[in-house]
Amino acid sequence: MTWLAVLLGALGCYLCKLAGGLLPESVLASPRVQRVTGALPVVLLAALVATQTVGDGRALVLDPRVAGVGAGLVAALLRAPFLLVVAVAAGTAAVVRLLV
Amino acid sequence: MRGGLGDGTYPGAVADRGERQPAPAPAGWTSGVVRDALGVGLATGAYGVSFGALAVAAGLSAGQAVALSALMFTGASQFALVGVLGAGGSALGAAATATLLGTRNGLYGLRLASLLHVRGPLRLLAAHLTIDESAAMALGRRDPGTARWAFWATGVAVFAFWNAATLAGALGADALGDPTALGLDAAAPAAFVALLLPLLRGRGDVGLALGAGALALVLTPLLPGGLPVLGVGAVALVVGLCLPGRRRPPRLEASAR
Repeated sequence: MTWLAVLLGALGCYLCKLAGGLLPESVLASPRVQRVTGALPVVLLAALVATQTVGDGRALVLDPRVAGVGAGLVAALLRAPFLLVVAVAAGTAAVVRLLV
Repeated sequence: MRGGLGDGTYPGAVADRGERQPAPAPAGWTSGVVRDALGVGLATGAYGVSFGALAVAAGLSAGQAVALSALMFTGASQFALVGVLGAGGSALGAAATATLLGTRNGLYGLRLASLLHVRGPLRLLAAHLTIDESAAMALGRRDPGTARWAFWATGVAVFAFWNAATLAGALGADALGDPTALGLDAAAPAAFVALLLPLLRGRGDVGLALGAGALALVLTPLLPGGLPVLGVGAVALVVGLCLPGRRRPPRLEASAR
């Protein structure tokens, strides 16, 4: 099941990369396609942030993850490097979990 | 300028080639290209380590984490696939989310095609190495020869560092133990925050992100794990393709290999 996701996802991503060189330029150069491919990363990443911060199965919960992600957001806004953002979030969540 | 990329905060961050200075040519350009490529490769190691660790924390084996880095080789999609699986999503939902995040690589491929002039099997390899970093490093060059060098050198360097770092992160997390006690459940969404922030240019993007996040939370009680994210992506796809309107400039964005 996990391997299926790994292989299917890898295939899908590879076909996206390959499509750029194979599809007619008019398709990929159309303003609508460009708009969508530009917006999709923003939309999907934001949806992932939201669901991974407060989602738990089909429930929405407030737990130490929220504090961790909040601290990570502050670090990211202060232009901390990627690894530091992740470490700050993990450390904050771990400490809050110990205290609460 | 570290690695010649954007503001240097993230590897590949905000690499808008349209505004870049022409690359200083030609004296010793090959060494400069290789040095830049190695710099970008090293910088991606930080992502690779966190990806490997988060993949294992989400329940993947170290082998699966490395297989993703070798076969999928596009960072944001890998983080997303692992995130959806970790949230209990189906294999199909995870793969579809990763693929949607990978669509922008197709645009890079389009812009690189006229530059690289590759044929046959080499074309298949070039496609695999078509990621934010290699596209950004190549599309910024004026001289086609330098651009080709930059593409291949960056692609190969990032591939090597990204996979080695993934393995290190996965093995490290395996040794560390309980991911929740370590706060790794907060590390995953924070990684998405770090990937998202450099993409937000102006209020329109912030509004788009807030709307998408809100819609995902509305869908969470209604759909099984992983599908809310895909549902938001599907809404964006339909709305974006059907709405008439202004042109949104393509961008080379952060992070997302």
